[in-house]
Amino acid sequence: MPPIISVENLRKTYRTTVAVDNISFDVNEGEIFGLLGRNGAGKTTAVECLQALRQPDAGRIRVLGYDPRTEAAALRRRIGSQLQESALPDRIRVWEALDLFASVTPDALDWQVLLEQWGLTEKRKASFASLSGGQRQRLLIALALVNNPKVVFLDEMTTGLDPAARRVAWELIREIRERGTTVVLVTHFMEEAEELCDRVAIVDRGNIVAMDTPQGLVTQYATGVRVIFTAGQAELPRLEDIEGVRRVVRRGPRVEVEGSGPVLALVAAALVEHGIVPADLRVEQPSLEDVFLKLTGHDVGE
Amino acid sequence: MRTLTRLTWVEIKLFIREPITVIFTLALPIIFLFVMGGVFGNTPDADDPEMMVFRGVGALDYYIPAYFALVMMAIGTVALPVHLTAYREKGILRRMRASSISVWALLGSQLAVSFIIAVLGSLLIMAFGLLVYEPHLPQQVGLLIPGFLLGLLCFTALGFFLGAVLPSTRAAQGLGLILFFVMMILGGAGPPPEVLTGAMDAIGNFTIIRHVILMLQDPYLGFGWNTFASLVAVGVTVVAGLLAARFFRWE
Repeated sequence: MPPIISVENLRKTYRTTVAVDNISFDVNEGEIFGLLGRNGAGKTTAVECLQALRQPDAGRIRVLGYDPRTEAAALRRRIGSQLQESALPDRIRVWEALDLFASVTPDALDWQVLLEQWGLTEKRKASFASLSGGQRQRLLIALALVNNPKVVFLDEMTTGLDPAARRVAWELIREIRERGTTVVLVTHFMEEAEELCDRVAIVDRGNIVAMDTPQGLVTQYATGVRVIFTAGQAELPRLEDIEGVRRVVRRGPRVEVEGSGPVLALVAAALVEHGIVPADLRVEQPSLEDVFLKLTGHDVGE
Repeated sequence: MRTLTRLTWVEIKLFIREPITVIFTLALPIIFLFVMGGVFGNTPDADDPEMMVFRGVGALDYYIPAYFALVMMAIGTVALPVHLTAYREKGILRRMRASSISVWALLGSQLAVSFIIAVLGSLLIMAFGLLVYEPHLPQQVGLLIPGFLLGLLCFTALGFFLGAVLPSTRAAQGLGLILFFVMMILGGAGPPPEVLTGAMDAIGNFTIIRHVILMLQDPYLGFGWNTFASLVAVGVTVVAGLLAARFFRWE
């Protein structure tokens, strides 16, 4: 099956600033594809080019077979967009907005169901201005889905949602995918990418620096496991000499051993041999965050 | 088409929910009407052309069609530009565009709402005039209606143009109000042109509202169709409309 979205050598500059340097990727039908990067990495610009909201300087884009440069109108009717920095008139009511945006296509979804799913039924008659940040965000996601799109673009969709609402949103996005909608997710939020995405592209300074399943990225790039325990003032055996151990860091009573392979078992054995039996010995698997740090050299928040 | 009708209906409701705009477009001309009626009454103007101030008719008969034009000008110089720039500034246009609401649906709905407001505003002016004073009814309704439609198109096009080129809501408010009051005072909706100084009157001739007023006043008072005024209105409509289409931006 051909990919539902294909992007080749996309480039977009604003005067002297290179927002997107050279990005290529494919998205397959029915997957949740994530673009992960810190603010200003170019991910929003890239997906806005895909949604025919910006004209790229160079590159070839196909979304559902349409070229956003020349077939913008046809494309926009078939995709759903939840944008950053967009809003509705202050005094429009929730149901009016859904009813209006449903009118652009004959096969729109029943917006009553969307109201229910996104927890807005009680707010149906409330004005946009009176909604909380989280409610606005949920309305804007519902609006992105109301035209029953084949592909939906969600740009920082959980911004402003509290942790519980975020979980609900993730669950609903999974359901959308189950029904066959392809999801392109832009996020700077590690947990969201790890939790939700089938594949993730890490975007840094306008380029994709790695792309794989979250697990694949971790196996491929993460530095290994970290064994952590509390040793108090006890004198430690020479853990550095154990096979697979790369680094031992002692912070007060807390000890962190970084390494790869069966370090946990070997470290535990060495400790027991020295009569040290820490009650809190545990191992931390590397996460997407470790991959991100390694590949981009900086924190997401920076 | 379905989107256009839905959007028009939503925009009508939004207009009603925005008290400041309602006051500015609908109530202000009525307040002016009461003041002018109270000051000048509606006794017919002097017969002597040397002394003539209100084109030979009563002040109220002069001002009623002028205030039809004033409602249109309130829409074109203030309400529409402020509305469109606010929509752009807040990202509402961006949201609409992403949901494939076309520029034609957007501007079409604004035109429809402007039309409804202008008709409503004019009927209110007529009704309040009749209620309080004793103005004459329009003399040549068959000519007044096309004049009305053309005047509305002319100011709506101006509103689209200002809404397209002005960078922010603040700019639209500031410039819009200046345009509104300067055109009102010099164009014939404030003091009649006859009492303006030569220079003021000359400038007044370059205001859009002067010609829209004449286009409405002439049929209202039974003076026939004002060809020159209507040509000016067509010219403004075409130029402003083309410039609006050229410079319209979604964000």
